[in-house]
Amino acid sequence: MGAGTILRVNSLFKNFGGIQAITDLSFDLAQGELLGLIGPNGSGKTTAVNLITGFVKPSKGEITYRGRSIAGMAPYKIVRLGISRTFQMVKPFYQLPAYKNMIIPLYSPRAGQLAGGRFGDRDAVALDYLEDVGFERDSNVAYKSASVLPQGYLKRLELAKAMALKPDLVILDELFSGLSLAEVASIIPIIEKLRAEGKTIIMIEHRLKELFRIADRVVVLNYGRKIADGPPGLVTQTEEVRKAYLGAED
Amino acid sequence: MQRRLERLDRGIKVRAEDVFALCSWREMLYLLSPRLIPILGFLVLPLVLSNYWQKVLLSVAVFALLALSWDVLAQTGMISLGQALFFGLGAYCSGILNHAFGFHPLLALPAATILGGLMSTAFLLPVLRLRGIYFSMVTLIIPLMLVRIVEATKIFGGTEGLSGITPLPSKWVELYLIVAVLLAALFGLRRLMNSDYGLVLKAIRDNDRSVTNAGINIYWFKAQALFIAGSIAALAGAFMTHVYMFVGMPVFALDYSILPIAAAVVGGPGTLAGSVLGAVILVPLSEALRGIGGLRIVFYGCFLVVFIVGLPEGIFHYIQRKYHQFERWVEVE
Repeated sequence: MGAGTILRVNSLFKNFGGIQAITDLSFDLAQGELLGLIGPNGSGKTTAVNLITGFVKPSKGEITYRGRSIAGMAPYKIVRLGISRTFQMVKPFYQLPAYKNMIIPLYSPRAGQLAGGRFGDRDAVALDYLEDVGFERDSNVAYKSASVLPQGYLKRLELAKAMALKPDLVILDELFSGLSLAEVASIIPIIEKLRAEGKTIIMIEHRLKELFRIADRVVVLNYGRKIADGPPGLVTQTEEVRKAYLGAED
Repeated sequence: MQRRLERLDRGIKVRAEDVFALCSWREMLYLLSPRLIPILGFLVLPLVLSNYWQKVLLSVAVFALLALSWDVLAQTGMISLGQALFFGLGAYCSGILNHAFGFHPLLALPAATILGGLMSTAFLLPVLRLRGIYFSMVTLIIPLMLVRIVEATKIFGGTEGLSGITPLPSKWVELYLIVAVLLAALFGLRRLMNSDYGLVLKAIRDNDRSVTNAGINIYWFKAQALFIAGSIAALAGAFMTHVYMFVGMPVFALDYSILPIAAAVVGGPGTLAGSVLGAVILVPLSEALRGIGGLRIVFYGCFLVVFIVGLPEGIFHYIQRKYHQFERWVEVE
């Protein structure tokens, strides 16, 4: 493993019954890198993320984070090592105001240690994190019930919840899905800021145009296999990728 | 032109949330009276009730504690159909501690509370991963199993039970002890469930993946909720052991599982106060209907159905809404 490698996935397999969801997946992730994980529907992107974050246990293979094996570890323990993720389907606690939604990650041992003691004012810390992802402090949007917030803010809330855990590796599962162009445009600077802070990021994304603007490298999956790995510009020119996305014409 | 019912917060509610609450009697009373009514009620009732109704009051308090315990579990996403398990474990613990080891009731009660809570947690620890109806079914089965174990192995007095257990020092200690415990549990749990800790428990019910994703071990928190709920119900059971001066197989009866759920559902689940209110209505009602003999269960059942159909949100939610808000019809295009 190279000195700058933060995550290494080595010949990972996962099958659900007879369905081979992930087949022999391997890739390395360097510290500070932004990796795009793309592929058609059902190609195993979310399964790959679930394997890394412990929500699904691998059938075979190795996942190493900072030199430590994390394959099959309980998800909450993996979070405590510094990997946090967002979910594709945002499911906030709808009856609570946005800032109260932040209490859950802030209550976790990891956030408690890092935010300066367990008994600080979590509400105030919550508002700070929400401001970082674009909940304007001088508006009352952070105090609104999550049930009335538009999708753009719910996605931001999901991002803030992940950031409250002060992760070193952030995995964003289709952060842009369901957002308007304007909303995507307003979230991209937030991601760029995270990169400037030195966070390593994995993004699963269908909005390739936006992703390719910010990604350093792209891994393409199809039927659970890696079919390409490289800089965004080169990957899209591979024939196999074109086939997977546009359908084969032979 | 269509009409729509609009609900708005009363002015006094909004003012009472602000600094006015500290400088006006009206606002202060608005905040205090919902809290003072149950406190004063429970403190005065033992003094004015006849001997018979004092016993009913004990029953009310015990079922209210069981309903509170059920509500705490339900808010954490664990629907228990076996409050009798916690109740029975507490009852047997206190009975055995007193019968076999000569513990004074006032010592046996707290000991049985802790022991009962720990044992309840231990019994359900292996099934904490189950959700929904699967968890509920296990909670329903365990007390029924324990009854058969006691019967078959003849441990702890077998079918005869343990009798001759020391009662509490006096009737007044009995009454005020359980009332104090109930009020402490009600206000303590309400405060707990509104704290950040309670928020985490409720979040486990709503979306346990999201809580796990925050680096929180949900099984550890579920076990804690189980211990809290188990201890409260165990205390109720231990208390009844010393009131009846007897403990036996009936402590695992289905009544102790079902009536608390009825109380919580009629009163308003998720509020804790509703559980107490439900017990205050249902237990005396069941007693009052004793006079009509065999049809008692029919009337009782009808009453439950009418309430659940008419006020599905629960009585407490209804009262709370009327207290805080007013309604008016507005015309909409």
